Amino acid sequence: MSERVAVRKTYKLFIGGKFPRSESGRSYLVQDSNVSLASRKDARDAVVAARAAVKGWAGATAYNRGQILYRIAEMLEGRREQFVALGVPADEVDAAIDRWVWYAGWSDKLPQVYGGANPVAGPYFNLSAPEPTGVVAVVAPEAPALLGLVSVIAPAIVTGNTVVVATSPSQPLPAVTLAEVLATSDLPGGVVNLLTGRITETQPTLAGHMDVNAIDLTGVTDAELAVDLEVKAAQNLKRVLRPAPADHDWFTDPGITRMTTLLETKTVWHPKGV
Amino acid sequence: MFEYAPAPESRSVVDLKPSYGLFINGEFVDPTDGGSFKSINPASEEVLAEVAEAGAQDVDRAVRAAREAYEKVWGPMPGRDRAKYLFRIARIIQERSRELAVLESLDNGKPIKESRDVDVPLVAGYFFYYAGWADKLGHAGFGPDPKPLGVAAQVIPWNFPLLMLAWKIAPALAAGNTVVLKPAETTPLTALLFAEICQQADLPAGVVNILTGAGDTGRALVEHAGVDKVAFTGSTEVGRAIARSVAGSRKKLTLELGGKAANIVFDDAPIDQAVEGIVNGIFFNQGHVCCAGSRLLVQENVADRVLESLKRRMAQLRVGDPLDKNTDIGAINSAAQLERIRELSDAGSAEGAERWSPPCELPERGFWFAPTIFTGVTQAHRIAREEIFGPVLSVLTFRTPAEAVEKANNTPYGLSAGIWTDKGSRILWMADRLRAGVVWANTFNKFDPTSPFGGYKESGYGREGGRHGLEGYLNV
Repeated sequence: MSERVAVRKTYKLFIGGKFPRSESGRSYLVQDSNVSLASRKDARDAVVAARAAVKGWAGATAYNRGQILYRIAEMLEGRREQFVALGVPADEVDAAIDRWVWYAGWSDKLPQVYGGANPVAGPYFNLSAPEPTGVVAVVAPEAPALLGLVSVIAPAIVTGNTVVVATSPSQPLPAVTLAEVLATSDLPGGVVNLLTGRITETQPTLAGHMDVNAIDLTGVTDAELAVDLEVKAAQNLKRVLRPAPADHDWFTDPGITRMTTLLETKTVWHPKGV
Repeated sequence: MFEYAPAPESRSVVDLKPSYGLFINGEFVDPTDGGSFKSINPASEEVLAEVAEAGAQDVDRAVRAAREAYEKVWGPMPGRDRAKYLFRIARIIQERSRELAVLESLDNGKPIKESRDVDVPLVAGYFFYYAGWADKLGHAGFGPDPKPLGVAAQVIPWNFPLLMLAWKIAPALAAGNTVVLKPAETTPLTALLFAEICQQADLPAGVVNILTGAGDTGRALVEHAGVDKVAFTGSTEVGRAIARSVAGSRKKLTLELGGKAANIVFDDAPIDQAVEGIVNGIFFNQGHVCCAGSRLLVQENVADRVLESLKRRMAQLRVGDPLDKNTDIGAINSAAQLERIRELSDAGSAEGAERWSPPCELPERGFWFAPTIFTGVTQAHRIAREEIFGPVLSVLTFRTPAEAVEKANNTPYGLSAGIWTDKGSRILWMADRLRAGVVWANTFNKFDPTSPFGGYKESGYGREGGRHGLEGYLNV
């Protein structure tokens, strides 16, 4: 009997809950696999998918979003070995799972911690509450490929934003595999969209896109590119998260700034009276 | 209608000097490389004072003074002592409130009843509120020991000169930063009086620096490499330019920019109250308000009734001398702004909207514009899309709540919105869907030191006021 021939996986993009190839028909060889090389058009398509998902995701209850993020943690736990086989260190996979759990709990707590009643000097009810800003274009850190990716996606989506994420160009396989986790976690299509390839190709399009509300430049290491993207983002006054320091330790407590930078605060007034 | 006798507030309480220098490191000094300009009373075109125009070297001097004060005095000072200085300033503002109100109305053109009853009391309120935060920052929800940023560059507009100064300086100082603030070129005088108040409060030199000047001074200030924070209130166009200029720097940026707010009136709203809210929404401060309710969205089946009532009410508005205590609408702040209001209003007529103003006698000298409404406005009209920043209301209609939401959100801006209805669940349904930072339900144009203010989308980012207002001045 001959040895069984393995079935290899085709690594594709993740847009609108589906796994399309790049519309450009291109791929690049990385981690011994052909991985889709996303084009500017793919980036624009991803924004369309992300925008379409905003209403349902931002409108979902915080309880529901929290459960779905926890479900992602469950699915990731089940595929732990798969990520280790891709070369992700076991402690990093564990930290990534735990990070989903940590953020899952924030969905129905952040509005209490970050909003509240304001004691105005007059007969008015006055309440401030955070709301998602909308579509966020994210550049994930080059490394750690899985924990870094989870650490930028989770804080953006837990509050109701949807994201278009450029994955680590040199290690895209954990990202595409994470997409399989996301696709099986009851996360509505379009909430997370993943683009593999070169950030120099897709990010200028996203930073200048008028239907993107915020950019997260965390993974941009080229200072000149970061400035160029921030300048483009000013066109419609996108909210900006600037690049992370090169020595950032992704295993530490993330804090809440990643979440709050991608939120708007809405304050509602109403008179009191009989 | 009965006549009103003149009831002018005395201006003798204001002691204006013929000329003012720059306030740097606790003293008024002459500019080294700048010039000077005149600040006029927009209600009479009379020159009020000559004011220094800061050049690049003056900006550098002020930033250095602020840096030194930050490192040696204000930064190391315990929060409870910073608080005492801010409380002191709040008290002096209350004590000198009449003087501040009269000077604000002289330099800005706003009615004395607004500067006296709204602007100045709120100014004192913001200092009083943030004073209390200075020694409680560890409890503000930004971690146990949040740190100040350093030197804040702050550029403010001419519509609420002193109030915008308070929104900028009070949280900055409470958080432990020092500031260099540039007031608008048409309204520098109350900021200079505030500088005197800082001296009177014995505020350490360099903690607050005031640089008068125009766009070039502002640009030099926000682009200075020595500042850690930029806060700007003004036009979206300038806000964009500032966002580009700070790209790639360490500077933290907050922007409070333009607006084109929808004020939405449903058929079950108490019409008289709604009309008061519409009038307040667009004619308060001559409509020079970024959150003005400049688009009235009225439900179709009550549109005629609302408009009839609105016109009747508008005919009662008294336009004229800002210092007269009966005046409802004062002077337009500058010739340039008057020109912009005229240009956009002419565009409204040219594009087919119907224009109406009550019979209204305007003074001969100074800058004036009668309260104006346009009906038959479509969403494509310039007067429905562009910020006019004057007493001009565009009226549109809708049939269903969903249509109201869609029209209200159909703008790149997102600063504020108004809802008028008797149905509570509809208020909350609407408030959830309106993409705006402040939603006034059955009220409009309310402000409070404890209440965060700021926009969605191209109305800017960051919040001023409340606990949220500290975030822009802390390293979080």
